[in-house]
Amino acid sequence: MKRLLLLGDEAIAQAAIDAGLSGMYAYPGTPSTEIMEYIQSSGLASERNIHREWSSNEKTATEAALGMSYAGKRAMVAMKHVGLNVAADGFINSALTGVNGGLIVVSADDPSMHSSQNEQDSRFYSKFAFIPCFEPSNQQEAYNMIFDAFELSEKYKTPVLLRITTRLAHSRASVELTGAPAPEKKLKLPSDPVQFVLLPAIARKRYKALLSSYETIRYDARIAKYNSFKDGKKRDLGIIACGIAYNYLMENISGSSGDYPVLKIAAYPFPNDLIKEIAGRCKELLLLEEGYPFIEDGLRGFLDTGTKILGRLDGTIPRDGELNPAIVAKALGFTVSTGKKVPDLVKMRPPSFCKGCGHADMFIALLEAVKPFGPGRVFSDIGCYTLGALPPYNAINACVDMGASVTMAIGAADAGLFPSIAVIGDSTFTHSGMTGLLDAVVKNSPVTIIISDNSTTGMTGGQKSQATGRLEQICTGIGVSPEHIKIIVPLRKNHEENVRIMNEEFRYKTVSVIIASRECIQTATRRKKTETSNE
Amino acid sequence: MKNDIILSGVGGQGILSIAAVIGLAAVENNLYLKQSEVHGMSQRGGDVQSHFRLSDNPVSSDLIPYGQADLIISVEPMESLRYLPWLSKHGWLVTNSNPFINISDYPPVDEILSEIRKIKNNIIIDADTIAKEIGSARSGNIVVLGAASPFIEMPFASLENAVRKLFERKGEEIVEVNLKALKAGRNFTGK
Repeated sequence: MKRLLLLGDEAIAQAAIDAGLSGMYAYPGTPSTEIMEYIQSSGLASERNIHREWSSNEKTATEAALGMSYAGKRAMVAMKHVGLNVAADGFINSALTGVNGGLIVVSADDPSMHSSQNEQDSRFYSKFAFIPCFEPSNQQEAYNMIFDAFELSEKYKTPVLLRITTRLAHSRASVELTGAPAPEKKLKLPSDPVQFVLLPAIARKRYKALLSSYETIRYDARIAKYNSFKDGKKRDLGIIACGIAYNYLMENISGSSGDYPVLKIAAYPFPNDLIKEIAGRCKELLLLEEGYPFIEDGLRGFLDTGTKILGRLDGTIPRDGELNPAIVAKALGFTVSTGKKVPDLVKMRPPSFCKGCGHADMFIALLEAVKPFGPGRVFSDIGCYTLGALPPYNAINACVDMGASVTMAIGAADAGLFPSIAVIGDSTFTHSGMTGLLDAVVKNSPVTIIISDNSTTGMTGGQKSQATGRLEQICTGIGVSPEHIKIIVPLRKNHEENVRIMNEEFRYKTVSVIIASRECIQTATRRKKTETSNE
Repeated sequence: MKNDIILSGVGGQGILSIAAVIGLAAVENNLYLKQSEVHGMSQRGGDVQSHFRLSDNPVSSDLIPYGQADLIISVEPMESLRYLPWLSKHGWLVTNSNPFINISDYPPVDEILSEIRKIKNNIIIDADTIAKEIGSARSGNIVVLGAASPFIEMPFASLENAVRKLFERKGEEIVEVNLKALKAGRNFTGK
């Protein structure tokens, strides 16, 4: 058997190829980005010409994947957890349409917010949408689950959610691959021509069918094989561990301190009997979940057997943040022997703009241009340029969700704030900023939109941006007056001129767009290196 | 056998290359391993670390428990101190002495070095100068790895093979200079 050293993300990608994937869809987002990147660099994927282009956003990616499934082929779509908010409309309704070819939606959660604005738990989306969910505890399990997820998806004609978290996505381990990769599915239309037509009359029928099949899936062997109960001699405490939390548990009890009854949960929905079985044996139940107290919340609401429940909601485990071996050890009552304290002289080292970053020069100009109008009027967005919030810039007043800079600037202008300014990156603009710009144009909103264009999706490592070479045309097409679309190059030597242009556009009483264009220093350096080595 | 290693530095300093070398060597030695990395926002000049776990038994947690790391390998001195809670009583701290100063309140370097010297088992190496001497200023990270290599429970030859494998697509010259860097670090600690 072939073994490879793979990140969790890469194990998922390799498994999808090996399972006969025909289309991969995604928008970059930490910690999910490497799934698409792995498929883009795979020899077999290129030989088979598996679809592997980035999409404009998670919604377009999810819908395109659903389209490929409609045509009978296996598709996968990957995103970070907050991307699932963007894709939610398609995701939730795809449960009602069901699928034709197998469809897997990967959502990579980021508990402790290493690189995100919240730590939402995607398992809630699974329950909300009645879509089954797998939650691997390690890289090998992630690999194996993809095959079962595709089969489950096709058997019950349902999309399947694969929920992972940062520590699995970005941790490497040896993974054993199956034999020869499965062939791709053939093009085959759905047998029911109205399956995907969610007119109310059809949707009502499909919803009833969905509710019933979701209950059947609970007892399917592909769910059962990932949920295992192992009894132990102890009767005072039983432990339920979900996904990667199981590893932290095993780190603590694999030796002589074991003997607890342990229920490992890695697939949803699971039969209630599993919980009843472990609860019936123990006085207390400890819930270990990476993310929100998803199962714990349900147990506290409904289980009234006298079993005491310990977890995130009673303070046994911290209410927020990711788990680690020490948190689990403390919850088990073990002593944790920590090494020396971090000396006081060690200072925080937050991320910062790279040397030679165009965003930085854009902010330096912006700060000077906005000064006459006073502070509190710059709405920004998600990307490297969010670092403009940190000292010495302290240049932005908002960063909420993809595209919100444009629309929040509009709302603030509606309230009378003038000038009202948005700062958004090129890739974020084509992800979710264009519709906001249309709103601004239609109502002549007095806003200035600065598109800080580095011609890449920078924060996630420099993926292709859909905006590259198209920004001016897009803005003209949406209806921004061409004389108020200004192109500037954010370099120190252009500083005076850039300040003047910004200042003029801030004073302009309807929509203006400033495209501050300079290639990302990271991608530029990499490009130059490849060019030299190819010479 | 169990070898828990923390790699630390600042985003862009090449700790993932160190991780890749140890990873390749571990595969050659048929060891179980888990290696957790930081991608995303911190890579932009923030503090980054990688937890590297080697064992001849399956590894459960992707993260090293507090107080259990056998080794901290750091390409930046202040960053080496950030992970002391993970270092075991008998563990080694191996660090580059050259600071990477991208914050305004960076403490005086001599104070940092004297904190490091308080750790019983410490190696402080001027990896930048050594790397320049062998003609590759960018191989400082591999020099540090070489200095830490006596505390990695694998034959030195496996690390050399791994360096060869990792850099082979960049040409023989790059391979040779990195092998030299590895050896120079090794010799420093050996003295």
